[in-house]
Amino acid sequence: MRTFLAAIALCVAGFAVSAAPTKRLAPVADAVIMADGMPKKLSEFGFFTDAAGWKPNKGVELYRLNSALFTDYAEKYRYIYVPAGQQAVADGDGRLEFPVGSALIKSFGYKIDGKDRLLETRLLLHRADGWIALPYVWNAEQTEATLKVAGTRLPVRFTDPSGTARDISYAVPNKNQCKECHSLSNAVVPIGPKMRNLTHDTLDMLLSNAMLEQPSRDHPPIPDFGNTAMPLENRARAYLDINCAHCHNRQGSASNSGLFLTYEEESPVHLGVGKRPVAAGRGSGGFAFAIAPGEPDKSIMMHRLKSLEPGVAMPEVGRSLVHEEGAALLSEWIAEMDK
Amino acid sequence: MIRTLLAATALCCTMPAFAKTITIEAGADAQERLQEALILAEPGDIVELGIGTFELTDGLSLDVDRVIVRGAGMDKSILSFAGQLGAGEGLLVTSDDVVLRDFAVEDSKGDGIKSKGADRIVYHAIRVEWTGGPKATNGAYGIYPVEGSDILVQDSVVRGASDAGIYVGQSKNIIVRRNTAIENVAGIEIENSFDAEVTENLVTENTGGILVFDLPNLPQMGGHNVLVARNAIINNNTDNFAPEGNIVASVPAGTGVMVMANRNVQVVENAMINNGTTNVMVVAYTQKFDDANYDPTPRDVYIADNVYGRAGFAPDFDGGKQLAAAFGGALPAIVYDGLGKGLIVNDAVAILNLGLTKVGQAPTEAKPSLDKPSGAGEAVALSPIVLPASMEAALK
Repeated sequence: MRTFLAAIALCVAGFAVSAAPTKRLAPVADAVIMADGMPKKLSEFGFFTDAAGWKPNKGVELYRLNSALFTDYAEKYRYIYVPAGQQAVADGDGRLEFPVGSALIKSFGYKIDGKDRLLETRLLLHRADGWIALPYVWNAEQTEATLKVAGTRLPVRFTDPSGTARDISYAVPNKNQCKECHSLSNAVVPIGPKMRNLTHDTLDMLLSNAMLEQPSRDHPPIPDFGNTAMPLENRARAYLDINCAHCHNRQGSASNSGLFLTYEEESPVHLGVGKRPVAAGRGSGGFAFAIAPGEPDKSIMMHRLKSLEPGVAMPEVGRSLVHEEGAALLSEWIAEMDK
Repeated sequence: MIRTLLAATALCCTMPAFAKTITIEAGADAQERLQEALILAEPGDIVELGIGTFELTDGLSLDVDRVIVRGAGMDKSILSFAGQLGAGEGLLVTSDDVVLRDFAVEDSKGDGIKSKGADRIVYHAIRVEWTGGPKATNGAYGIYPVEGSDILVQDSVVRGASDAGIYVGQSKNIIVRRNTAIENVAGIEIENSFDAEVTENLVTENTGGILVFDLPNLPQMGGHNVLVARNAIINNNTDNFAPEGNIVASVPAGTGVMVMANRNVQVVENAMINNGTTNVMVVAYTQKFDDANYDPTPRDVYIADNVYGRAGFAPDFDGGKQLAAAFGGALPAIVYDGLGKGLIVNDAVAILNLGLTKVGQAPTEAKPSLDKPSGAGEAVALSPIVLPASMEAALK
């Protein structure tokens, strides 16, 4: 009898321990991801367990890319959610095909006055009829992010990696602008999560969590464009791939330009070498070629990369600062081309 | 009575959804309010712009099929992009069956209105203008449909574009009619496109009036079947203000109609008056290219029944003055580089044939001569462009 009572006591105590300090966590709201409509609050999805959007819920995993898009030096925090019991599959090109109900979550922020602050969280939700892109903007208290389909501009003051103080009008893209970049043959698709662009650690994590089916073949990684130990050519092509090729590909928003900047592109003229502008207008800067080999300062690509003027600046959205490191890399690459 | 009621109910039920009209007025937060309306609109809806000037801070975009964006008139509902901070154009349309009508886009930093991959689009009574007049810092294109099928641009006005006022690129089945293009580098340009009619437009004070071009290394090439008819192409002598590097930067001021590297183009029943370089120019693409699928020559160009005014009195290219002097003070109404095949001219005007024999030859190798058209050529008639009935119906 004493043993019996002791066992009960233990059970009750255990219960108390597990129940007392925190409430049981609600899982990610699969029904909200899948349902039609556009939830007003980010918290409705349950991707995070804290109100401030830093602690991912069960099944929501942080992932990293080898090379990342420049967005005004914002810090980005990327998460993948795949519904329990399901897996993403890599297609022949290494693009991940996610099951319906999956979500890609990307928060953008800066360290401001010594504190990490989030500005916005963008969602890509895979619904039965395809992907949908939704932008959520964080409140000043950092307790909730609210849907802003029309985007917005936020004044931001931060210090960039070189130590320079920056004062910008940060642009949260509207829902259509999300699609402009995430568009392939006019359907919304993820950009970053391709086999070749996921870090080794991320791939290990996805496989060990059974979120990704073991791929049938190797997908050689693209380098981190900032890694100077890698060949210049590969770094430059990695930079173009992740910063430009989401529009500049044969099925993308810039298909009409004839300038195709994917990592796989083999035609020099489609990469821009000796390619004349088509619809660049004053974006040409008075230069004849997208890339003038050996002459970065006479290359339209450099002119547009270094411009801040709307109508000239590339990419067209998401940049109000020049990415000095990226521009230096491409400039070096073009300078080394044979004239 | 009850029969009528039931019949009416039956009729209602067959309609797919209740289209609604969303009215947006100018004023504070115009950017967010208008952009939100364009995003939340559902197929069949009308987004109505109030009277006044909408001060916008970013590009606008529409990605919903079957939406009508309608203002109170091209001088009444004005989208001003003078304060634009981002995006490559004023308004971008990426959905099908859209009607844009009765409003203006002013001073966008890039292009005015671009529609990409947007099929069955109507631009009706739109004004796109850079209000400071011709400047190299103006955006490239005013009205800019690209990669679309079934395009109608009509009764619109475009002024100040640093490339082309109305530019249709890499598209199919196109009508551009009754528009006014004034003080652009190119008034109207049809590029890398198939089956187009450019008719009854007033094209004046541009650098070049109407251009029919084809360029290499693009997804759609082989431009053909273009009718340029019943246009008034007058006094296109504005100095070329296109930024260097762009193909139109090479268009001489004073060009009426220019056909380059296209096939089956008909220039008929136009009035071409006071164009200082020449009224019609038919030429090959002269720049170096690397594209086995591209034909740089003009083929089967037919010129007939036009009214010709004065032309060629101020040729805007190196050596133009001397050349004009050699021909009695003015270049002839038609200038042809001698390349390609099948040029037929049935008008009683002289043709300056530059006598080139190879694409890309230096101008110094030209052997200019004066041709008199025989006036006996026959062209295969172009089939009239027929647009889906839904496009005309949407305007009613």
